Amino acid sequence: MTATARSTKAPDAATQALHRSYLRQMMLIRRFEEKAGEAYSLGKIGGFCHLYIGQEAVAVGVMAALRPDDHVISAYREHGHALARGLTSRAVMAELFGKATGSSAGKGGSMHIFDAAAGFLGGHGIVGSHIPLAAGVAFAHKYRGGDQLCVCFFGEAAANIGAFHETLNMASLWDLPAIFIVENNGYGMGTAVSRAAAVTNLSVRGNAYDMPAEQVDGQNVLTVREAMDRAVTRARAESKPTLLEIKTYRYVGHSMSDAAHGTYRTKDEVDEYRRRDPIAVLADLMKAGGYWDDGRHDALVTEVQAEVEDAVTFADASPDPDPSALYTDVYAPEGR
Amino acid sequence: MATLTYRDALNVALREEMARDDRVFLMGEEVAEYDGAYKVSRGLLKEFGPKRVVDTPIAELGFAGIGVGAAMVGLRPVIEMMTWNFALLAIDQIVNSAAKMRYMSGGQVGVPIVFRGPGGAALQLGAQHSQAFESYYAHIPGLKVIAPATPADAKGLLKAAIRDEDPVVFIEGEMLYNLKGEVPDGDHVTPIGKADIKRAGKDVTIICHSKTVAPSLKAAEALAAEGVDAEVIDLRTIRPLDVDTILESVARTNRCVVAEEGWPFAGVGAQVVDTIQREAFDALDAPILRVTGADVPMPYNKVLERAAKVDAAKIQDAAKKVLYL
Amino acid sequence: MATKIVMEALSPTMEEGRLVEWKKAEGQPVAAGDVLAEVETDKAVMELVARAAGVLLKQTVAAGATVPVSSLVGWIGQPGEAVPDGASGPATGAAAPAGASAAGAAPAAGSAAPAAGGTAAGAASAGVGAGAGAAGAAGAAGAAGAAGAAGAAQGGAAGAGAGAATAPAGRVKASPLARRIAADKGVDLTRVTGSGPEGRVIKRDLDRAPAAAAAPTRAVTRRRPDGPPFEDTPLTQIRKTIAKRLVQSIGPIPTFYLTTEIDMERAADLREQIKATQGDAVKVSFNDLVVRAVALTLVEHRACNAWWLDDKIRYWNEVHVSMAVAVPDGLITPVIRNADLKSLTEIGAESRELAGRARERKLKPEEYTGGTFSISNLGMFDIEHFTAVINPPEAGILAVGSIATVPAVVGGQVVPRKRMRVTMSCDHRVIDGATGAEFLKTLKQLLENPISLVW
Repeated sequence: MTATARSTKAPDAATQALHRSYLRQMMLIRRFEEKAGEAYSLGKIGGFCHLYIGQEAVAVGVMAALRPDDHVISAYREHGHALARGLTSRAVMAELFGKATGSSAGKGGSMHIFDAAAGFLGGHGIVGSHIPLAAGVAFAHKYRGGDQLCVCFFGEAAANIGAFHETLNMASLWDLPAIFIVENNGYGMGTAVSRAAAVTNLSVRGNAYDMPAEQVDGQNVLTVREAMDRAVTRARAESKPTLLEIKTYRYVGHSMSDAAHGTYRTKDEVDEYRRRDPIAVLADLMKAGGYWDDGRHDALVTEVQAEVEDAVTFADASPDPDPSALYTDVYAPEGR
Repeated sequence: MATLTYRDALNVALREEMARDDRVFLMGEEVAEYDGAYKVSRGLLKEFGPKRVVDTPIAELGFAGIGVGAAMVGLRPVIEMMTWNFALLAIDQIVNSAAKMRYMSGGQVGVPIVFRGPGGAALQLGAQHSQAFESYYAHIPGLKVIAPATPADAKGLLKAAIRDEDPVVFIEGEMLYNLKGEVPDGDHVTPIGKADIKRAGKDVTIICHSKTVAPSLKAAEALAAEGVDAEVIDLRTIRPLDVDTILESVARTNRCVVAEEGWPFAGVGAQVVDTIQREAFDALDAPILRVTGADVPMPYNKVLERAAKVDAAKIQDAAKKVLYL
Repeated sequence: MATKIVMEALSPTMEEGRLVEWKKAEGQPVAAGDVLAEVETDKAVMELVARAAGVLLKQTVAAGATVPVSSLVGWIGQPGEAVPDGASGPATGAAAPAGASAAGAAPAAGSAAPAAGGTAAGAASAGVGAGAGAAGAAGAAGAAGAAGAAGAAQGGAAGAGAGAATAPAGRVKASPLARRIAADKGVDLTRVTGSGPEGRVIKRDLDRAPAAAAAPTRAVTRRRPDGPPFEDTPLTQIRKTIAKRLVQSIGPIPTFYLTTEIDMERAADLREQIKATQGDAVKVSFNDLVVRAVALTLVEHRACNAWWLDDKIRYWNEVHVSMAVAVPDGLITPVIRNADLKSLTEIGAESRELAGRARERKLKPEEYTGGTFSISNLGMFDIEHFTAVINPPEAGILAVGSIATVPAVVGGQVVPRKRMRVTMSCDHRVIDGATGAEFLKTLKQLLENPISLVW
């Protein structure tokens, strides 16, 4: 059961509002990342900075299926995940700027965005290293007897690392309520998936561990949401894990030091994907349903632009961490 | 006060802490059905059930990371490494995940976890199974590193480690499991970061930990027969290092030998020597000498292995050298 | 063809050098770069190295002689080769010319081609030594610096880096603890035999060493009264250079001044005690205490008890203190002879008697000449501080100010103390800054612990 076919009949008002919110989140992420790229080139953001442009539907569709008491853990291309999970543009931008008001108080940076209150557990920089952590969080949920789950985002290249296999094995063996999201954007840095994986349909790797798995169209946020709903039900009701391979595409380079196209992919390929842009896909569907038009779209563009501008202004104006922060948070404070 | 083996002292600590706090669970290879590869977890499955005593596949990286994830959301995992040699497969989780989580999350997410298991050489296990890794982990800010030498300290420090809010690397001595000693009953918790003067003396300070404590005490007895009164300090915790106890002793004795099972380069003793030369330079009457394992992969041959290991005679010789005897 | 060996300029300011010792005998083979001789320059003893290989054919200057830079001092050539001045064949060292004939060789050497590196060095700043010397403190450092520069210049010329071999004086090896204990006990580590590896001094070596006397008063050096009255010392090159430069700088007697403040509380107490125990029979003035203290200090610091005699310095073993006395039409300096051998009361009696006769102009010439060091005391005129003019050939004079009660910090408290300022004028040709400072340090210790003045 999929809902990828274009509907010409308008859904109910609640669904319309939901779609508008998905659209807004995707547009916010897009604008945020464009602005982050600009700030990076102005030297306001340092280090590594991996942009999410093109993949917005994955984050938004996945998060839409979660509850606030669930947990999310991600890799280093996680600005979009953090925003979709509800972290404010200000907190995320300030973290990219390394400021004290950032979500990790300026100590994490682009790759280590945390918000414990939002159940957003990072931001991890070693490929595949955080996959077992997600299983551990799910283990804790099961240990405590609740019906929460943990979602883990990683790129398709991480599916070739040992931690992926060890974790899928134990998650399935122990029936852990975890959802493993492979965001297959086609390239691990500059290595095409076909040059890195013997089996390019990564969802079939679930079979090796007797784990339910699906391949999902990541250009359509509604498709992502529907696949997630199935996985979430499995996790909550049966305490079983799911592997979702979500096919997506990043329009930009692997990181800021990487050209958008050139050595390992062509401009034509990038343009091809842009024609199925996830924002346009949803907007077109809404227009076809008669509950969206160019005027409202332009107004929303202006709205997210203002939010991102505010985030940049806020991040710019925020202070650096106090020098004394250098030595705090290495260990728990005394007396705890 | 009961007389227990080091192994049983650890078992008692685990049992007491699991009974005290239901967030504590034990996970590792052969910890449950098999009762522990070294029987440290004997009887725990029966007492606490499979939810809290969890056998794992042979996947150190995976289950170490699962432990870290569980700790991130408030459980108190005790992750058993069958030996620390195998933990090299999991070192990414210990170093990149556990040690750094609190810092890179700006203090939001702590990792109260204990990684424990036997370290160091046993007998004729060859190069890959005979290694002391204290200095590896002590190098990492964010980790605490404990290596007890006696049954009493094994119990008291494991209980402290489980209660600690930070990740603890707890390295037991494989050759110490059968060591017997008096162990205080009940809630005996030994503070982390406090060295213990195992023998008071005035002529030379011998600093040691874990498996080098017994040979150091033996060397001290031999030195006493020669009229030398040696002080033996058991570090117990490698990180944070108990600098005060070390400096106070060296200020009295003016001479120091540091013994450890591991290799010499960038070892625990190197850190101790650095601290002393910086903080107590004017107290020194002789260069500080280190007694370490030989700077080679451990050989299998019995004679070569003996030559590679620290023993009482080597410690005694070093002590005499710093005494100019 | 034989190669000349000439006196090279081995320091930037060197104009002549004394050939201290030949390191190669006539007929001995030499390689380029070999040390031929040691030469005392105006700064230091340096090495003269061979610029050619062969055998040392001839030493034309004997050891001990002083010759100008660029003078011929010998020849290097092939065995049996004749030297151009006809003095062929090896001569014995004993047959080498005496100093006078070496000086006679100088004009001939004047036309000799100067050694390349030597003149380059000679052209370097001539002000170094004088500047450092005039500063009054670091004469030695200045000399060392200049010697270092000379060594570098010479190394450049020789190409082989055959600079002066300057192995640093043996550093005492001692453990950090031993150094701390030695400092606490006042033990000189150079006098302790180390029993550690390579002679390292360790704690147990110091446990055996006696602590230095922790006496509140300093031990006073006494001289043997039956020794020679003085010793004449020929001027070394460095002394000559200092004298020449300093005279050019500030006049015939290049004087510098050192001032210190002396606490006279104990000296005052001592006078009170003497007055209390001896009554009017014995009179001891502050001036008597100063004279006695100066005399005893001079025994210990003979370098300040000296005369400048143009071609030599006369270091006096005897101590004859000249005492400036104001007379109606001027000033005269009666001398208290052998003041160091006289007691306080003897000094007191003699100085009053001499001063009295001085004012009556009844002193015989031998009573106001022959002093080895002078004191001028204007304390009775309430002069706090002044500088006195040196009374040649003496090399030093002490100007003594009044004793004033001033606020002073003692043990962290500000308390009123009796203080006296003294200023020593030094002839820099004889006395260097540090030498004078050491003198004043001893004097201060004696006056601040005056009990040793009574012994």
